[in-house]
Amino acid sequence: MATPLLSVRDLIVEFPTRRGTLRALDRVSFDIAEGEVLGMVGESGAGKSLTGAAIIGLLEPPGRIASGEIWLRGERIDNLPREKMRRIRGRRIGMVFQDPLTSLNPLYTVAEQLIETIRTHMDVSEKEARKRAVALLDRVGIPAAARRIDDYPHHFSGGMRQRVVIALALAAEPELVIADEPTTALDVSVQAQIIDVLKEICAERGASVLLITHDMGVIAETADRVAVLYAGRLAEIGPVRDVIQNAEHPYTAGLMGSIPTLTQTAERLTQIPGAMPRLNAIPQGCAFNPRCPKVFDRCYRDQPNLIARADGRQVSCWLYDAQVKEVSHG
Amino acid sequence: MTAFILRRLAQSVIVMLTVALVAFALFRFVGDPIASMVGQETTLAERAEIRAALGLDDPFLVQFWNFIARAVTGDFGISYRLQQPVMELILSRLPATLELALVSGILAFVFGVGFGVYTALRRGGWASSTIMTVSLIGVSLPTFLIGVLLIWVFAVELQWLPSFGRGETVYVGDWWRTGLLTESGRASLILPAITLGLYQMTLIMRLVRAEMLEVLRTDYIKFARARGLSNRAVNFGHALKNTLVPVITITGLQMGSIIAFSIITETVFQWPGVGALFINSVRFVDVPVMAAYLMLIALVFVVINLIVDLLYYAVDPRLRVDRANARH
Repeated sequence: MATPLLSVRDLIVEFPTRRGTLRALDRVSFDIAEGEVLGMVGESGAGKSLTGAAIIGLLEPPGRIASGEIWLRGERIDNLPREKMRRIRGRRIGMVFQDPLTSLNPLYTVAEQLIETIRTHMDVSEKEARKRAVALLDRVGIPAAARRIDDYPHHFSGGMRQRVVIALALAAEPELVIADEPTTALDVSVQAQIIDVLKEICAERGASVLLITHDMGVIAETADRVAVLYAGRLAEIGPVRDVIQNAEHPYTAGLMGSIPTLTQTAERLTQIPGAMPRLNAIPQGCAFNPRCPKVFDRCYRDQPNLIARADGRQVSCWLYDAQVKEVSHG
Repeated sequence: MTAFILRRLAQSVIVMLTVALVAFALFRFVGDPIASMVGQETTLAERAEIRAALGLDDPFLVQFWNFIARAVTGDFGISYRLQQPVMELILSRLPATLELALVSGILAFVFGVGFGVYTALRRGGWASSTIMTVSLIGVSLPTFLIGVLLIWVFAVELQWLPSFGRGETVYVGDWWRTGLLTESGRASLILPAITLGLYQMTLIMRLVRAEMLEVLRTDYIKFARARGLSNRAVNFGHALKNTLVPVITITGLQMGSIIAFSIITETVFQWPGVGALFINSVRFVDVPVMAAYLMLIALVFVVINLIVDLLYYAVDPRLRVDRANARH
């Protein structure tokens, strides 16, 4: 396989606090291939957004990358000097945030913000930048873009603003787009449109996407592969269809069981008992052990690593450890 | 836009009338102006004569009406104490106060915003901590004490700067006497300007710092960083502009208080402005001067408020309601 566009290796993000260091991400490893859409799901606080922030180099202090490596197309980017990392942001990695109502500076017109972004990364004239900006707005589906570009953000609706945000994130044609819950703050009716726009444009430019969401429906329709995060650890990663239809990790299975479907009729949706542990109370061994229906003694003792399975799937669960199987057979 | 200004002007007139009424009513209780105008040997009959000549035994409403009618034409009567037209008195003292207020206002704004931004961006640095600590002194020390301390250090001990007065002044135009064009005038201005502006500066600085920290946490600043904009563009292009929206209001209002509270500074430094004139007038129950002064201060506040509103309008596009409504 060719070098992946993005490669995250054993990423550990920590927050030093007065009562000891909290480990918010624990040895997270995954790849994103060229042009691939990787979905990332998990409960609130599982570390999804933190993963995005760590990749783009915008962790908020005191949060910091304690160890691990992040590679962008064969170049290590987690330890770059600040100024070099700034040049990567926007230019090679774009980011879309959750709330379009607060993502845009209210005091500048859309044109000013777009042109500023384009001219920061590309050596073009004001006029050329404006032409590109209009084309971008047009592409993300803003009607009468040439006229509306001089409006202020508050003149646009939420859905339209998220289109503007996407245009801004893609203004300098990045290779990777991190979309952090891009539809959570929007009306259900425009969510699908926004996802479509994002997916289409990225596909047409060959950009890869890290799509962070807790909406499994969005993942199912959009992503090529999906990574499931639990308490700062990767539970499972694999092609979307496989993971959804045949979850291997008990947590993923529980997650999928809690999604209502049209085909099945059930009295009650299954739910996972308990709640995700807080960062200062992650149990020893597997973080999921207090809630896991298939828990056994080893889960309380050792923390599982990602275990490679067939078809490019990986799962971090002792159920799938070769040794365990032998023991259970014998 | 025009409708907005007209509405504000109408409101301003009401404010001015209210101030006039309150001021006028209050001054009936500060004492008998006749007592301080005449000698001890003046007979009661003579006193009654003066009282009648000044219109002081007319009913309250008549007196008020006469006052307003004349005030509209710029005539605030004759000072009881100095026997000069009040308007002339005030106009001759006004340049001194305005120059002092303007210079300290500019000092307060420039240093306030500068220090505020610096302490917000370099949070936790030793320089920031020092500035924040020193600013506490500015907030908590009373103005007259700062003035006296400055005089002691720079005028008495070091003898660098004059301790009182305005220095040499020259006429610009017919009536504006300025100290800004002479060296001694500028030297005389430094200490009073610092005294008057220090409190405002620390206030603006603390406000800018708090606002800036708030703005730096917003999503649009995060998004600006995620777009790869330079630190300069993020901090000064995006964060500072948003910070200044509320700061403008406060600074505007502070400008009003600088002029109003220049009384103390003018007294400490013997600054020949309208504040000192007012203090002396109070002592002699010089009602026409006091009333005119209060009207002037009210006018200053009203005008500054109007300017602040217009500035708001210029800075924050969300307030340009007319256009937005036309769109939707």
